Amino acid sequence: MSAPARTPAGAPGHLTGPGSSGGVGTDAARPDGTLKVRGEFAYGSDLWMEDMLWGVTLRSPHPYARIRSVDVGPALAVPGVRAVLTSDDVPGEKVYGLELADQPVLALDVVRYQGEPVALVAADHPETARAAAARIVVDYEVLEPVTDAVTALGHPRWNQVHDGTAEVTELSRESAHLHPEGNLVRHLKVRRGDPSPTADVVVVGEYEVGMQDQAFLGPESGLAVPAEDGGVELYVATQWLHVDQRQICSALGLPPEQVRLTLAGVGGAFGGREDLSMHVHACLLALRTGRPVKMSYNREESFFGHVHRHPATMRYEHGATRDGRLVYVKAQIYFDGGAYASSTPAVVGNGGTMGIGPYVVPNVHVDCYGAYTNNPPCGAMRGFGSVQTAFAYESQMDALAAELGMDAVELRCRNAMEQGSTTPTGQVVDSPAPVVELLRRLEAMPLPEAPAELDLRHMPGGVSNTTHGEGVRRGVGYAVAYKNVAFSEGFDDYSTARVRLEVVGGEPTVTVHTAAAEVGQGLVTVEQQIARTELGVDRVVVHPKDTQVGSAGSTSASRQTYVTGGAVKAACEAVRGRLLERAAGLTGRPAGELRLFDGAVVADGLELPLAEVLGDEAVEETLEWRHRPTEAIDPETGQGFAHVQYAFSAHRAVVDVDTELGLVKVVEMACTQDVGKAINPQAVVGQIQGGTAQGLGLAVMEEILIRDGRVQNPSFTDYLMPTILDVPPMRIEVLEYADPHAPYGLRGVGEAPNISSGPAVLAAIRAATGLPLNRVPVRPEHLTGT
Amino acid sequence: MRLTCTVNGTEQQVDDVWEGESLLYVLRERMGLPGSKNACEQGECGSCTVYLDGVPVCSCLVPAGQAEGCEVGTVEGMATEDSLHPVQQAFLDAGAVQCGFCTPGLLVATDDLLARSLADGGGPPGDEEIREALAGNLCRCTGYEKILDAVKLAASRMAESAR
Repeated sequence: MSAPARTPAGAPGHLTGPGSSGGVGTDAARPDGTLKVRGEFAYGSDLWMEDMLWGVTLRSPHPYARIRSVDVGPALAVPGVRAVLTSDDVPGEKVYGLELADQPVLALDVVRYQGEPVALVAADHPETARAAAARIVVDYEVLEPVTDAVTALGHPRWNQVHDGTAEVTELSRESAHLHPEGNLVRHLKVRRGDPSPTADVVVVGEYEVGMQDQAFLGPESGLAVPAEDGGVELYVATQWLHVDQRQICSALGLPPEQVRLTLAGVGGAFGGREDLSMHVHACLLALRTGRPVKMSYNREESFFGHVHRHPATMRYEHGATRDGRLVYVKAQIYFDGGAYASSTPAVVGNGGTMGIGPYVVPNVHVDCYGAYTNNPPCGAMRGFGSVQTAFAYESQMDALAAELGMDAVELRCRNAMEQGSTTPTGQVVDSPAPVVELLRRLEAMPLPEAPAELDLRHMPGGVSNTTHGEGVRRGVGYAVAYKNVAFSEGFDDYSTARVRLEVVGGEPTVTVHTAAAEVGQGLVTVEQQIARTELGVDRVVVHPKDTQVGSAGSTSASRQTYVTGGAVKAACEAVRGRLLERAAGLTGRPAGELRLFDGAVVADGLELPLAEVLGDEAVEETLEWRHRPTEAIDPETGQGFAHVQYAFSAHRAVVDVDTELGLVKVVEMACTQDVGKAINPQAVVGQIQGGTAQGLGLAVMEEILIRDGRVQNPSFTDYLMPTILDVPPMRIEVLEYADPHAPYGLRGVGEAPNISSGPAVLAAIRAATGLPLNRVPVRPEHLTGT
Repeated sequence: MRLTCTVNGTEQQVDDVWEGESLLYVLRERMGLPGSKNACEQGECGSCTVYLDGVPVCSCLVPAGQAEGCEVGTVEGMATEDSLHPVQQAFLDAGAVQCGFCTPGLLVATDDLLARSLADGGGPPGDEEIREALAGNLCRCTGYEKILDAVKLAASRMAESAR
């Protein structure tokens, strides 16, 4: 089999970087940076082979319908069409899924969301394929969709009078189970302390979070190439090659040896590439036609082609003493999982176990639910179940502070988690938890000054010239949040690294081979940095990411620097051990006295170049590395050592609100975050800035609007996300309190800032307007009451 | 149809172009120049920005036939074999590249901004000018801070070398 002919040089390929250097703790340059700025980095949608076909997907226009019949004849009759496939053509298991196999590769007899794939077409030209797909005749019996998570579970809705329960309506729809086991995906309970606590002061709030999209810029895309052994090579933009491989093998009915994956360039991910999209589809078409098949979604299809962030409906009750000590928190959290499970069980796990925020509370009663509906499937997105609850618990802390007449930061500090604290799940926090310091450092930062003279560009509404300052109010808000790092609840979470040291062209060279997906965050740089530090060799080559080495686990849960970083470190240590033993034999010095530095084995009075130690031989080690185990939580009480590590961040937002028009201008974001150890400080700050922007987006603009199960805005015209005009200057302080359990003491970085950012913006808008605001994104009409 | 135009200084001729194809599609799929990116194909994200007769355009919105006889400039034309364009170098140095999918469009848009700002001895653009100029380019990874840094770094280096 041959690689794609027009794989612009470098990717998928070995990444060496332009003489980049630097070990752990430096701003080492990205090895893929030059290719990216030259436009030569091959993303999934750039792949191309002579003789390749284009694949497209026909999707259901209905959120819920029974399929009576599918007639592919008219599509097959279109000149240039090479194959048209339906579920009958799926040779293996016809359903797949990350945690539960409940999602059809191609629709079986029922479609459960608008956009569910029904049929595939391969043709010579993408427009031919699209035109042919439009000719497929599907006879649907349209059913009434279930579009609300609480209703789907048959639970009574709480009403606006806080403690009453609303009448249950439309029970008939609840009885319409969308899946054989019913509509409940997971119910997580946390029970701690007194089940019926009382307190001096009680605040109750109800909150809603809309459906956010990952909106990565590089569309779902890849190229499947049929292989001579009857298998398939798939080049694809994804987050976890091996979990893809497992699901693809299942659907194709092929063993792993015959389904070989290589990571194509990934144009952002943010959780949206954890689930399969075009993977199996392209392989099916390639195997059927015997030709390479490329699939690349356009933006509208992308909105239907990946899972989104779960919308949430939440009710919280906080009780505290008069002096501001939390006595209890009760919470009911509903996540709308949409039509298929995806990662809803784990999202519920996070939402429930960390649902009250980084606070110490003796009595906790949380019920967290994930439900099936006929809305678009929801799954992983950066922050994963913690983003939604943070809006609720931080809003509650502000409401409680107001009720107590206490400063909102002071209230948080009085109740803040610290090292040694016990979480609501009974887990003792066994590494630094500088929640108070994060907040106090934010407070100490100077506030932005009002501009000296009127500049429309600083006003809400900008150059639309909607105000010259009249009706504009400034507000400041704070929020703090925490998030588990890596996979939790007893998951066997590991990564595999193969490290090889040899002399190439007279120069010691390390090759690092892992399957860990680089999605933009800079893991390839971190892999090089760790190898340089551990082996004292400047030239480190990153092998293409593929399934020819063991699993690295997912690029998600802020885990890759920790887990794959840990694996690379361990493999380097093993290589180093063998090398030093060999050098000890050559020099007669004990291995314990020797170390590696700048391409040589060194000790007092000794400098032996690696070329002399290695000669023509290579030293190679492959090993799996695990973080310390976690455990499943008790299903009735939620107690257990569920999480291996926490990441903490806090934000302060400053906003100007045009209270007459309901327009918000975020003036400044400030962030403090503990990262344990910044392996690459520039990349760490980049993660904080990017995460902050996505949290801001959810607070004020980003929402997939759903009406009766139908997406109203599947485009970048109508799905609004922050532009460079919307994201303000940021002040960032990075703290480094080592976690003694983690490699180099590091903490996962990517998600925490995405969690605390939005609640701070919401708090600032509340401060500016005096409105209670219990829903994000905040829309102009929420501010004007119109 | 047949399309003839000049891309990055080289004359290109392609046959059998379907009239509905965009300039972006022809560049990427027929001319072997996939550097310009296909993030939205709706003219909303700026990742496909190229020069068309010196003017930055979203190539996804330009029917290929409209480029007949035109000069097209893409990200692939910015660097030489040996050295990067100062804007490209600044994006790397400032850490403005993460996934990189928005980068080609931002590089072209920045090049255009700086060419205008620095023309005839003009000074580097201020933050607000940069924000206005790049408001049509979405980036999902960086939060834009390091993009601003990169533009300012490139501007100062280019102004310095022009002296």
